[in-house]
Amino acid sequence: MAVKIIPLNELEKLFAAVALTKKLYLPVEKAGQYDYAPWEPGTGYDPEVLHTVKSAKGVFFPQSEDLVRYKRDGFSLSIAQVAPEDEDFVVFGVHACDVAGFEVLDRVFLSDPVDTYYKARREHGTVVSVMCAKPEETCFCGTFGIDAEQPGGDVQSWISGDTLYMEALTQKGEALLDQLDGIIMDGNDAENRKAVNDAAEEHKEIMRKLPLADLTTDGFGKEADLLTLFGRPEWKELSSSCLGCGTCTYVCPTCQCYDIREYDTGHGISRFRVWDSCMYSDFTMMAHGSPRPDQLQRFRQRFMHKLKYYPDNYDGAFSCVGCGRCLQKCPISMNIVKVMKKLGGADND
Amino acid sequence: MQKVSEKVIARARELMHDGTVSKVVGWKAGEFFYDCEPNVFETEESLKDLVYNRFCGANLSKYMIKNSIASGGEGAGKVLVLLKPCDTYSFNQLLTEHRIDRENVYILGVGCEGMCDIDRIRERGFKGITGVLEADSGNELVITTLYGEGKVNIDDVLLNKCDSCKGKAHKIYDELISDNEDEGPRGDRFEGVRELEAMSPEQRFAFWQAELSKCIRCNACRNACPACSCRKCVFDNNASGIASKANTDSFEEKMFHIIRAFHVAGRCTDCGECTRVCPQGIPLHLFNRKYIKDINDFYGEYAAGEEAGQRGPLISFTEQDIEPGHAVVKGGN
Ligand code: SF4
Ligand code: SF4
Ligand code: SF4
Ligand code: SF4
Repeated sequence: MAVKIIPLNELEKLFAAVALTKKLYLPVEKAGQYDYAPWEPGTGYDPEVLHTVKSAKGVFFPQSEDLVRYKRDGFSLSIAQVAPEDEDFVVFGVHACDVAGFEVLDRVFLSDPVDTYYKARREHGTVVSVMCAKPEETCFCGTFGIDAEQPGGDVQSWISGDTLYMEALTQKGEALLDQLDGIIMDGNDAENRKAVNDAAEEHKEIMRKLPLADLTTDGFGKEADLLTLFGRPEWKELSSSCLGCGTCTYVCPTCQCYDIREYDTGHGISRFRVWDSCMYSDFTMMAHGSPRPDQLQRFRQRFMHKLKYYPDNYDGAFSCVGCGRCLQKCPISMNIVKVMKKLGGADND
Repeated sequence: MQKVSEKVIARARELMHDGTVSKVVGWKAGEFFYDCEPNVFETEESLKDLVYNRFCGANLSKYMIKNSIASGGEGAGKVLVLLKPCDTYSFNQLLTEHRIDRENVYILGVGCEGMCDIDRIRERGFKGITGVLEADSGNELVITTLYGEGKVNIDDVLLNKCDSCKGKAHKIYDELISDNEDEGPRGDRFEGVRELEAMSPEQRFAFWQAELSKCIRCNACRNACPACSCRKCVFDNNASGIASKANTDSFEEKMFHIIRAFHVAGRCTDCGECTRVCPQGIPLHLFNRKYIKDINDFYGEYAAGEEAGQRGPLISFTEQDIEPGHAVVKGGN
């Protein structure tokens, strides 16, 4: 691996250099909470912040985006498609779980029929990952085989002491590091490689101690029997106090459902898409009504999708990356771990 | 807390065992010490997971809409609900609005010494939290984490609503288990409102703009709110013309919250659920408290949920009522 380095206190220079030619997104604080937002001079970067409230998925799959605009002018109607992304951008500071979340979305949006808007953003975006600083008790990425010490993306990086160590993994990543030549330094020597390895080893040690380190996917996935899982009586109690809100869906890096709606702007119509949630009462509403009239059914849908339907469709891969956001944010503290422990293999008790 | 907790759990079991109730709406032990979840217990066996501790902040009143109405029927038995003092205001308000079938409910009022907020503990720099210990005396919690151990003062990590607890008296119950003397309200709950009132309109606008632009429109505030009990919310109704699943612009961000705040004005009991559940930490209680403060100023002190069957000042006209024009002058801004 070819390691490049930069002292942490010079990150501002790095950000400024990237921002000269590209839009740069990173976790930004606003009124006490962090979310991905465009970098501006002085924004800063806090490596200790583990999670943004919303995952990083919004940079590729925004919560709402316009698709088509209709405009009426006298007797003529103009229809204009909103152009897909055509400018390069960089996302900095993504942890292994959220990077794996992009892969979950890729399988859906980049397979036939390909989603033009998502694909354009993926092609124009360069992902710079950073190994997370202090995993929380709610982290369980290991359950899904994610290697938190090799966070992935186009460039992956590690922090040790006062230095950020970077390594390009793709051509896009190399191009970015080349562009930063003069700001980041060549650090490809034994000493630096050891620093990276030591940081990774230390991180592994923490991962082994996480309370959810032993959680497995036993009982779910391709091999599980769909109807047995679907019919388990425990869904009733698990869903008994679910509020049917959108919190778990909207903070999740892997939830991918959307709705397409129209809005009368007064002088035209905007057709846009917005994130949707299977927890909502009008999700996939049809002429005859909702196919899932009770919260129990909606609740079951969210977890069956992540742990059974998605794996069936995508060669066994799960649609959860163990980031733990839903564990921290659900207003009633119900979450996928509780579901997995209740319905999963015996080892999970 | 320990003693009350043991008594509450024992009593819930008894009531289920002797057939007084057939279901228990209470809090269930979570994966960690702090993530107790509201739960409907339907068997005696399941009650082994019933807990009552410092992390049972969730207000269970609203669950009684579904569980009291669905109950009933021949020999179905009552549903037991555990309510903290503040929760009883919401329960009363729901009774006033005919949303709960009182006949089917057995209320066990449970004493409360203040509920803790795991987010406030995290804000104090604790990461990887694995355990907590409350000393028998004193006012401290010892927090153990993957990265070491530390102490916090309980008063610093209470839920926002507990900072200005309305008092330890239950406003409705069938039976009470509590060690607390009612010392009346705690703190000054209008302090935050006064700070906002003292701002210039521009500053105030900037404050709300920053807060509300974080909103992800997850609807947790609405869905948790006991005053938001419409069968179909206008924001979910595609025929309303304002249904929306996201805040697509800054106008929509504000519209949702302003409409919601107006709709609960006079009915909001200040139970604190909205602020507790918001994943973005938006201080939604400030909207409601502004209305409560104004109502107090214009019509005299009024507490929604104080008694079942009250008629709130906004829905009961009297000749002494303040003229709308006057209210604007009196409110100043
Ligand atoms: S599981 Fe939690 S976050 Fe998800 S819809 Fe239910 S209450 Fe909301
Ligand atoms: S389901 Fe929960 S833990 Fe899994 S990826 Fe989504 S937010 Fe993260
Ligand atoms: S889930 Fe894994 S990669 Fe994500 S923050 Fe936690 S430990 Fe790091
Ligand atoms: S809970 Fe918070 S983020 Fe969710 S809709 Fe309400 S204010 Fe917005």
